[in-house]
Amino acid sequence: MTALADPASVSDPAPRVRPVNRARQRVQIAHHVVLILGVLLMCGPMAVAFMSSTFDPVVIHSEGLQIGWGGEFLSTYETVMFKGGGFTGEVTGGLMMWNSVLLGMGFAVGKIVISMLAAYAIVYFRFPFASLAFWVIFSTLLLPLEVRILPSYEVVQSLGMLNTWSGLILPLIASATATFFFRQFFRSVPDELLEAARIDGAGPFRFFVDILVPLSRTMIAAIFIIMFVVGWNQYLWPALMTTDEGMFTIVRGIRQILQVWIGANIPDYNQALALAILAMAPPALVVLVFQRMFIKGLVETEK
Amino acid sequence: MSVTLADRPADAAAPSGVPAAEPTLVIDRAVKRYPNGAVAVRGVTIEVGQGELVVFVGPSGCGKSTLLRMVAGLEDVTEGEIRIAGRRVNEVEPAERDIAMVFQNYALYPHMTVRQNLAYGLKNRRTPKAEIARKVAEAAAMLQIEDFLDRKPSQLSGGQRQRVAMGRCIVRDPSIFLFDEPLSNLDARLRTQMRLEIRKLQRRLGVSAIYVTHDQVEAMTLADRIVVLNGGRIEQVGAPSEVYARPASTFVAAFIGAPAMNLIPAELADGALRVGPEAAAFAPPPAGLAPGFVTLGLRPEKARVAPEGARPGGLPFVLDAVEELGATRLLHGRAAGAEMVVAVDAAEPVPAGALTLHADPADLHVFDAVTGARL
Repeated sequence: MTALADPASVSDPAPRVRPVNRARQRVQIAHHVVLILGVLLMCGPMAVAFMSSTFDPVVIHSEGLQIGWGGEFLSTYETVMFKGGGFTGEVTGGLMMWNSVLLGMGFAVGKIVISMLAAYAIVYFRFPFASLAFWVIFSTLLLPLEVRILPSYEVVQSLGMLNTWSGLILPLIASATATFFFRQFFRSVPDELLEAARIDGAGPFRFFVDILVPLSRTMIAAIFIIMFVVGWNQYLWPALMTTDEGMFTIVRGIRQILQVWIGANIPDYNQALALAILAMAPPALVVLVFQRMFIKGLVETEK
Repeated sequence: MSVTLADRPADAAAPSGVPAAEPTLVIDRAVKRYPNGAVAVRGVTIEVGQGELVVFVGPSGCGKSTLLRMVAGLEDVTEGEIRIAGRRVNEVEPAERDIAMVFQNYALYPHMTVRQNLAYGLKNRRTPKAEIARKVAEAAAMLQIEDFLDRKPSQLSGGQRQRVAMGRCIVRDPSIFLFDEPLSNLDARLRTQMRLEIRKLQRRLGVSAIYVTHDQVEAMTLADRIVVLNGGRIEQVGAPSEVYARPASTFVAAFIGAPAMNLIPAELADGALRVGPEAAAFAPPPAGLAPGFVTLGLRPEKARVAPEGARPGGLPFVLDAVEELGATRLLHGRAAGAEMVVAVDAAEPVPAGALTLHADPADLHVFDAVTGARL
């Protein structure tokens, strides 16, 4: 009110506020430094690989990996995507990518269907040794593919399923991880929903399809991300199960291209790098697309 | 299996007021024993008449919810029989029992709109689409939820969800509604309002209902008949006024009515009801009672205090605390060695000085000191 009181009331809070802001700023800068370092660490090699893939192989061979724009982008990627290679001369990068998509999708969709059904049975049906059954499924996590790959090969081979998509996908379709996730999720769904559905005349099938599956959307998205990437990155398994070049996946192709095209001349480094970039792009895209759904689902918790 | 609106007039044609040959629901010596040996319901027999609202009330663990779930078919019946409209339903699936249920947490399907929530049961019964639309519209109009039909439950307030849960029952057009503590998730004001709405709606539809609650105020205000349960057994069945006026046991006496009835150990000897360490004569003995130990019950609102010497007789009353409730005032104190509460009109001045406690002998309830049964 008075002239004396005014400056006091204005200047008083200001010095108190400013140091707080400065401290907060310092913390934020520190956070960002850490984050930026992390981003550089993660993305740096990819960026170098991408930039190198646009250079001529001779340059890469003589001067090492490149930073900058080499101008060979279109020709390199066109060759990789559409030029036939391999012994048959018919394998293109495009075909290999398509094969990888098939494998990734087959893995992800198959694993989700099987593990949801398994978890549904374990959580909602009383059958003898239900929890034992679950722990048996769970214990298969202790037996990774590499440990049992020879017997698995034996089974697939004796069933005559080598070089078939079903032989490639079906033996690996059971997933203890996904079953465990769905089991935990189903257990968190309130029992009253089941009871309300029973009163509404929904049988076990209708309850699963009408209530449980829609409620699991976010879980399905999360599992899809993980399983698609797992399927896409399979290397050892398809290398054993398929010898037909028409079924080569892109992850195998990277090695294949280098091996096949090493002549007396310089290896096609640029093409190998381009293929590596192409092999990385789809899983990254899947993560980006589904992550949005995943977060949206987490925000709108519906249970 | 389904009773449609068109079927209803057949029931309604029965002369009202005359008891029907078979009540809507009969629970006949029902027992619920769990595999681990725990017994939740120990032989309960209740009949619910056409259009009657029966409230199961009792403390938690008394078996009231279990009993309701047995009627719904969500729990097996270990012994005894449950009949709905004359048909034994022990082995019948919940959906085929011609019941509808409101759950404590409403159990709305979170991924469906309100409209889909209401329609889901009808859809599963393969009701024609036009009829579903008509029934949903009818129920929505009745509950004033037409504006929310395309929203999801997560976008609704507690009271609106409550209405949707009721709507899901109404569209089914059942012979009996089952309410499992439906108001316990609402705040006090909304609870009072919804309580009244449930009552009006049930009256209007003329559908029988069972309502489970642990809140004795809800029980008193809603019920045509109250069933007080304790430890899996029925303590008393009766109209709210009857249960209040003539509690059948000390359990009912303490459970029904707020604040709870004062219970004082007493002895019937030498031609008087004697209480406290000094065995002071408090009231003349009720007729036809043999001498012995009893428990005296006195409702706080029937007890009176007076300055010492103002009225003959009475017990010395030591006032400990005063609680203001607005219209009434609660006097907490001790008399005859027991904690006592007296409710007085707030218009009366807060008494001071030495006090005595008085009661009209007609307001005294006498219970067996051992069994707690009314004498």
